[in-house]
Amino acid sequence: MRKSIPLRICLVSGIVMIIQFFIPHRYSQTVYNYTLDWLIVSGIFAIVIGLHSNFHLHITRIVRKRKGWGYNVVTMAATLSMAFIGIAFGIGADSLFMKIYRNIEVPMDATMFSLLGFFMASAAFRAFRAKTKEATVLLIVALIIMIGRVPLGYFLWHRFPELVEWIMMYPNMAAQRGIGLGIGLGMAAMELKIILGIERGWLGGAGD
Amino acid sequence: MWNKLLNLDRRWIFIVTAICVILPFLFPIGFPTNVTPPTQRIYDKIESVTEDGPAVIVSFDSDAAPLPELYPMAVSLIRHCFINNTKVILWGMNMQGVGIIQMALEDVKKDFPEKKSGINYVLIPYLPYPAIIIMKMGEDMHKAFNTDYYGVSIDSLPMMKDIRNFDQIALAVSLTGGSAWGTWVSFANQKYGCKVATGITAVGAPDCYPYLQTGQLVGMLGGMKGAAEYETLVEAKIAEKGLNFKTRKAACIGMDTQSVVHIVMIIFIILGNIAYFVTRRQRNVA
Amino acid sequence: MLLFYILTQISVAPLNIVIPPNVISNIIIPPSEVTAYDNSNDGGDRINVEWSLSPDDSLISGYEIWRSEVKDSGYYKVGYIGRTNTHYQDIAEVKEGVQYYYEVRCRTSKYEYSEFTAPSEAATSSSQWYNTYKTNVLIGLIIFSFVVLFAIFQARKGKTLFIRKINGLDALDEAVGRATEMGRPVLYVPGLGSIGDIATIAAINILSQVAKKTAEYNTPILVPNCDPIVMSVTQEVVKEAYLEKGRPEGYNPDNIFYLVGSQFPYAAGVGGIMMREKPATNLFMGTFMAEALILAETGNISGAVQIAGTDAVTQLPFFITSCDYTIMGEELYAASAYLSQEPMLVSSIKGQDYNKLILIFFLILGSILGLINNDFILNWFHN
Repeated sequence: MRKSIPLRICLVSGIVMIIQFFIPHRYSQTVYNYTLDWLIVSGIFAIVIGLHSNFHLHITRIVRKRKGWGYNVVTMAATLSMAFIGIAFGIGADSLFMKIYRNIEVPMDATMFSLLGFFMASAAFRAFRAKTKEATVLLIVALIIMIGRVPLGYFLWHRFPELVEWIMMYPNMAAQRGIGLGIGLGMAAMELKIILGIERGWLGGAGD
Repeated sequence: MWNKLLNLDRRWIFIVTAICVILPFLFPIGFPTNVTPPTQRIYDKIESVTEDGPAVIVSFDSDAAPLPELYPMAVSLIRHCFINNTKVILWGMNMQGVGIIQMALEDVKKDFPEKKSGINYVLIPYLPYPAIIIMKMGEDMHKAFNTDYYGVSIDSLPMMKDIRNFDQIALAVSLTGGSAWGTWVSFANQKYGCKVATGITAVGAPDCYPYLQTGQLVGMLGGMKGAAEYETLVEAKIAEKGLNFKTRKAACIGMDTQSVVHIVMIIFIILGNIAYFVTRRQRNVA
Repeated sequence: MLLFYILTQISVAPLNIVIPPNVISNIIIPPSEVTAYDNSNDGGDRINVEWSLSPDDSLISGYEIWRSEVKDSGYYKVGYIGRTNTHYQDIAEVKEGVQYYYEVRCRTSKYEYSEFTAPSEAATSSSQWYNTYKTNVLIGLIIFSFVVLFAIFQARKGKTLFIRKINGLDALDEAVGRATEMGRPVLYVPGLGSIGDIATIAAINILSQVAKKTAEYNTPILVPNCDPIVMSVTQEVVKEAYLEKGRPEGYNPDNIFYLVGSQFPYAAGVGGIMMREKPATNLFMGTFMAEALILAETGNISGAVQIAGTDAVTQLPFFITSCDYTIMGEELYAASAYLSQEPMLVSSIKGQDYNKLILIFFLILGSILGLINNDFILNWFHN
């Protein structure tokens, strides 16, 4: 029962939405709009579930004094203080909330993203080796792209950026499209299997 | 020695990279920036919009992480629209995105104090499920958003009186560090025929090329380079109009850093390969 | 986040509204030949209005479209469109079965107007029960579904099907075994996707198989989530796997948790888990963006065995560089069939391959026809 009911709901709603796609009539549009509204509503409730899990996780770790519980204290303190500041003093352009957001949250987020540059350098040094003919071609193309994507490339040879655009537009795109077509068909097949109840891993496996 | 280099502690690479990032900020080199066609097409599209014509949507569909690449794009796009007296709708698919686009707006407004909310621009608040919101925008924007960011009814805003759906939008530019541009292409462009362009982080740019070729994307600002290109174009426009703005060319400065870091990475890769081949030969001889 | 949303809704700023003057300019010649007609393939809520450009089109900003239910009076504005346009689709609360008349006039940037055009003939909107523009999609859907279902029925008859080796999936067993030997947990990262992403569903399918193995070997599994709905599903899937293997006591709901909803805080959180808990095996399956390399390199530093699987093409190079095995693109969707070897699932992959052949045939045919300036295939797919 626990699986057969969700499977039936999935089958019926999947087929209804496929049929709806081909029917422009206003009754069909009403069904579609209701579905979209329900998605929004359920999405908002899901945030509450997420918050519950988050609080439960951190508070449990703090109460049980698990290894590294200090990090959990910092997380909870940051979450609650931001909520308090937002409610108490508002979130207008010059509010304390926005000042904290701009001066702490934004630089921290940007710092995490910037780590990519360091990791790329170390990963490229470690893994970019001309071990085979194919790897050598890949290496040469990568070097051309790296030079051509910065002003230095234009400075060295004014047609460098054009060469890079050509590589991106043709060889790169051919590979992307090949993988993309496979992904598209795979997605469609997966959706069909889910709607028909053949694929049930997302329910925890086969069986009733 | 080559063996040592082959097993180099990654922290040495981090230190060298950090130095190469910092130095060009202190001592700018000023490499010239060339403008690529995907950037030029966005600029030309906005240039083609007449005063009192259709509006341009600038949507910051990302959190704060890719800010160094995307923020200069947002500033340049808004500045370009304001110079041309083009109406702008500012939005963000992401909760933080709305806050960031507001920051960009406030920055640009320092040069344009006369620009008013509801007349020259409209800032839309965050709403969950952006794909659904885009579809609703395609049907009727006045139903998609009841109020603007400041709580004023959309129906009462003079600028929005003539803007009902994507028919009155010349271009929607999605600034993103991920795949949000795809949502705009799928729904705004494919379903409602709205012209869509993107400003994307360099790492995500290769994904966009198939869509540039098919015309589903009008243009693309690819990473810091794309931002620097647009900055250069807007700077030329400012000079052409004889305006006196304190433009900070954040992306152009960033490009010096990127150039130096790319050179260093190329040197690392070459050294790594030399070390690999030398040690392999030594092993074979032994 | 909810709080941020509520707060963004309640901040209020004053607005300075300027009402434009309504000046009629006799110099500007209005557009002509206004026609209105029902828009096809819709829900009876759209009417198309067309006109010929004003001779003064270059002097104006655009055209205002006015509507009335009576031919001679009661017109009110329903829309505006920029100059050079000769078509407008009226969607302003158009009611099915009601007759509407339209007039158009020019507007300049200084809010001067031309005279109105003569009213159009009456137009009435009606609903349709089938969207003829989507016939190509319907045919494609029928062919695709038929081929996949045919392959599934073949499998039911007992026909054995070959599925090629996927190294990344073969290595899952070994990777979980390594964690058991080392007495450390397995970290399963389902990516940034929501439950609506097929890659996330594929990741959940793989999680189901991995959780059965961790239940068998009695090895802890950690699943940090970025989406609360995905978290609920992953909790359920892991619980079911432990129940199926007869080890319900081994399931710890606290190990499958919601971390944070943003990309880089999520990457920071997962990175922290890798460095503190030192999992022996890291599995990255699902939708990943720029955080992919941060996760994979941090895992590499921590010395874990790493297997990644994603349909995000731009992230594949990073995973290939930093992980021991990478499951690419559609291989991710094939994972549950490959791991379970259920004939019904394996046969659907066969059906997918047949469809790929059909698509390749049309690609080649379209390319050949394109070379001789025949766009039939291109137009058929485009419409």
